[in-house]
Amino acid sequence: MGEPVSPQASAQKTAVSRRRFLANIARAAGGAGALSLVVGLFARQAQSLPAQALRPPGAGNEDQFLAACVRCGLCVRDCPFPTLGLADIGEDVPVGTPYFVARRHPCEMCDDIPCVKACPTGALDPNLTNIDEADMGLAVLVDEETCLNFQGLRCDVCHRVCPLINEAITLQSSHNTRTDKHAIFIPTVHSDKCTGCGKCERACVLDKAAIRVFPRHLAKGRIGEHYRLGWEEKQKHGGESLAPGLVDLPDRLPSQLPDALKGWKP
Amino acid sequence: MSITRRDFIKTQAALAAATAAGTTLSGTTDAKAAIGDDIRWDKGVCRFCGTGCGVLVGTKQGRVVATQGDPDAPVNKGLNCIKGYFLSKIMYGQDRLTMPLLRKKNGVFDKDGTFEEVSWDEAFDVMAAKWKEALKKKGPTSVGMFGSGQWTVWEGYAAAKFMKAGLRTNNIDPNARHCMASAVGAFMRAFGIDEPMGCYDDLEHADAFVLWGANMAEMHPILWSRLTDTRLTKPGCEVHVLSTFEHRCFELADNDIIFTPQSDLAILNYIANYIIENKAYDQDFVEKHVNFTKTATDIGYGLRPEHPLQKAAKNPNKGKLTKITFDEYAASVADYTLEKASEMSGVPAEKLERLAKLYADPNKKIASYWTMGFNQHTRGVWVNGLLYNVHLLMGKISEPGNSPFSLTGQPSACGTAREVGTFAHRLPADLVVMKEPHRDFAEKTWNLPKGTIPPKPGFHAVLQHRMLKDGKLNAYWVQCTNNMQAAPNMNEEGYPGYRNPDNFITVSDPYPTVTAMAADLILPTAMWMEKEGAYGNAERRTQFWRQQVDAPGEAKSDIWQVVEFSKRFKIEEVWPEELLAQKPEHRGKTVYDVLFANGVVNKFPVQQITDNAGNVYNNSESKDFGFYLQKGIFEEYRLFNSAPNIPKKGHEMADFETYHNSRGLRWPVIGGKETLWRFREGYDPHVKSGESVKFYGKPDGRANIIFAPFEPAAESPDAEYDLWLSTGRVLEHWHSGSMTRRVPELYRAYPDAKLYMHPEDAKARGLKRGQEVKVQTRRGEVATRVETRGRNKVPKGLVYMPWFDAGQLVNKLTLDATDPLSKETDFKKCACRVVRA
Repeated sequence: MGEPVSPQASAQKTAVSRRRFLANIARAAGGAGALSLVVGLFARQAQSLPAQALRPPGAGNEDQFLAACVRCGLCVRDCPFPTLGLADIGEDVPVGTPYFVARRHPCEMCDDIPCVKACPTGALDPNLTNIDEADMGLAVLVDEETCLNFQGLRCDVCHRVCPLINEAITLQSSHNTRTDKHAIFIPTVHSDKCTGCGKCERACVLDKAAIRVFPRHLAKGRIGEHYRLGWEEKQKHGGESLAPGLVDLPDRLPSQLPDALKGWKP
Repeated sequence: MSITRRDFIKTQAALAAATAAGTTLSGTTDAKAAIGDDIRWDKGVCRFCGTGCGVLVGTKQGRVVATQGDPDAPVNKGLNCIKGYFLSKIMYGQDRLTMPLLRKKNGVFDKDGTFEEVSWDEAFDVMAAKWKEALKKKGPTSVGMFGSGQWTVWEGYAAAKFMKAGLRTNNIDPNARHCMASAVGAFMRAFGIDEPMGCYDDLEHADAFVLWGANMAEMHPILWSRLTDTRLTKPGCEVHVLSTFEHRCFELADNDIIFTPQSDLAILNYIANYIIENKAYDQDFVEKHVNFTKTATDIGYGLRPEHPLQKAAKNPNKGKLTKITFDEYAASVADYTLEKASEMSGVPAEKLERLAKLYADPNKKIASYWTMGFNQHTRGVWVNGLLYNVHLLMGKISEPGNSPFSLTGQPSACGTAREVGTFAHRLPADLVVMKEPHRDFAEKTWNLPKGTIPPKPGFHAVLQHRMLKDGKLNAYWVQCTNNMQAAPNMNEEGYPGYRNPDNFITVSDPYPTVTAMAADLILPTAMWMEKEGAYGNAERRTQFWRQQVDAPGEAKSDIWQVVEFSKRFKIEEVWPEELLAQKPEHRGKTVYDVLFANGVVNKFPVQQITDNAGNVYNNSESKDFGFYLQKGIFEEYRLFNSAPNIPKKGHEMADFETYHNSRGLRWPVIGGKETLWRFREGYDPHVKSGESVKFYGKPDGRANIIFAPFEPAAESPDAEYDLWLSTGRVLEHWHSGSMTRRVPELYRAYPDAKLYMHPEDAKARGLKRGQEVKVQTRRGEVATRVETRGRNKVPKGLVYMPWFDAGQLVNKLTLDATDPLSKETDFKKCACRVVRA
């Protein structure tokens, strides 16, 4: 599965429809000894899902999903957009399972989540009724060197196409020290809100996307339990210090503050 | 040579970039060569908005292969927005027009025929015959032209001269009528001279910013980045954002204000009232530099005279100002209490009061910005003026940081549409056709007989479509704009007008736009870097560029088309005998001879055009006409703005070559210096020592504070059409999308228009996000999809739809109600309903 770059290529539905998938299976099965080949592919592919292959909303843990998915293709059928497709033989995704590639066709985050409704086995979790809680992956700004906003340009297309704009992606602004009169707007993904829909990766205007969606386990770091962020802990503690009751002695200062200290706060 | 791992990676990246740009590189191991040393770089200006970002244009083998933000350009310091990033792709859409196309049946022109390629000769033969027929039958008012704030300076000048002096018709108007006309009207009424007193440096000098109907975050992206930087870095800086819906600027808002459409009139009067009640105004400034006036009220809505709203108006189209006293002014705004303003606008009182206090604080320098929210308003001139009232009361004007600033939408709305006089009532450098001394000056300067220029203003943009429909305007030429898509009420006015069998419509464009496809003749047009050009941005900065590449096929620049077409008219065909008798030397000549081969425009011989590095550039017009056309036009234009005897001072410009050697200069340019702040001593050379402040556009040097009351919108939601419809732009696309939608990446970033709707409004109509719907008004319907998330958060009762999408022509829906004074359409307010498709 290569990096889809051109919009022409992406206009073609590259993931196969269920009908074509079945036809392919039949063709393959028609060949001598094909069955064992197919089984072998199933077994090998199941172990490693490529990073750009994203599961439909509600798929959850990959092993559990694969165990529950019966490759019926109903989620693909009910997807109103060209987003979902079934993996074909020879692809790196387990054959017959539904997936999408954000750069080709991101998830449109339908309010009624028809793909989940269509799933007969619960492989797509029926308890997912609010699409904002979907977890298909996590967007990561992978290349700060090419992201135009990091250079100070005003692209921020990823931010504006985000269905959860200002929640899943915010723009963190800072001073542009090179020009000294402009701000830099850094697109910042918030993992607690990002659903992994892939709209940002799809819309990234670069020849190769600087922001990409990966399955969450590939995208997310984890801070050591031995360290806590003080300001966050304080916030969790209702804004109260975890070490209450401490005092600070007043600073000795001239009664008339010199100009150099005007506006200064100790 | 040793290369580090880092260099190697960079070389690979540069190689990939060069390959993508269609260039081949030799010596591929050399990182420096790979950057593209054999690309020729020259300065240029961005093709899109009124910000005027400086760019460097990279050319190789006759093709623009790359651009970069000019790191030394004062406006943008090397930055661009995402449209600017794709500048190099806009000229290379697959469907560029390269031959004239004429509707034909059986080998001859037929209004109902299909487009066939023809030669320029045939195109102009047919066109000239139609124009002459119209002139003969109905006179000069039956021909007209619609131009652009995206024309270069000389294109606008040449077109205006051709129409007003050559064909003796004032029926020429620019698309800036849809964009800046209200701002222009207010400048003239308040200050007697057009364009902002301040400049972009106010973005760093101000302590607080107020946005009135300007979504700078999307529409002026680089200026927004400067404003944001000041907000971030200056202690105490605050940003107030007013709009009828929540847009991207609200992210930075310290005071976010969503008001009911049209109630900005009430809010501004309340602020003035607050300032007076609290005696916060600058008494000295007001006494010395301001006159108080009131404007005629109940002025109608610029609709057709038979429209009930027009008939009901007491003073339709009246802009008369009556002098009043300060006390009378104070009494007029006294009605606009905080409670009343809050009730009318739906804005919590504390937010309005915070805003009023900000303006009233003598220690805060305030820059106010506005664009289409103010200008596309049936009381656009009024509302512009009400904001000047506030700044003038406080004396917060014409100094660094204190700046009421009208942002322009187009790259040369100022430089071309306004400055060279392409409006139906204007002549170059703020002169107007209605004033005899102005006409006299223009006629003298152009060596024309007295009485050549007609005194009555021509048809403005909206009126042109009405007159086409009514069969009174019969030969019509549109250049450099996509007005079928852009103008209001396409179903009832624009389209029937173009297709009226009595009319012959010519459209010049690089691409087959909606407008071009509605025409009878399409002329293939050179664009942007395919011609030598000049734009004037929102801060009065005039910027030049050289022709970088040749246009494809037979495409020709707008100025070439106008000047060449003028050769088709004998002066006897367009002027009556009494004019010819005054200047018998013009007998037997063509319009071209009289206007362009007049000894002034053709004064400069063809010269080799080079940059400071010695690179040589083409100039297609020089080649075709045998003289340096652009230089001749610009120097003739300077006779209006820089000669010693000019009727209106204040627009002085440097000579032609100086601009080619600079990154743009802010006029007035006098004594080799730019002017950053106008009307104030020390900054503006027209204000003498000891005068402190002088609004010299007015005879007494005083600006007008103009009282105007609240008056309702032309069309408001009712039981049948229950939502406000507002239209506008998105960052990714420029205007009608004819350039940006041909850039695949920009198309992908925002492919199709959609309707922004409040989630509860959608739910109440049983609509789901993404669902296909029909938006309907009394004038038509458009199919689109509902968006309840995303960049714009509209309040309940209002929907917003961008107009860039040629597949979803939202101007089938809009009402052609205009500001009766500025004749600018209110694209922000009409009534619609939304139903399932």
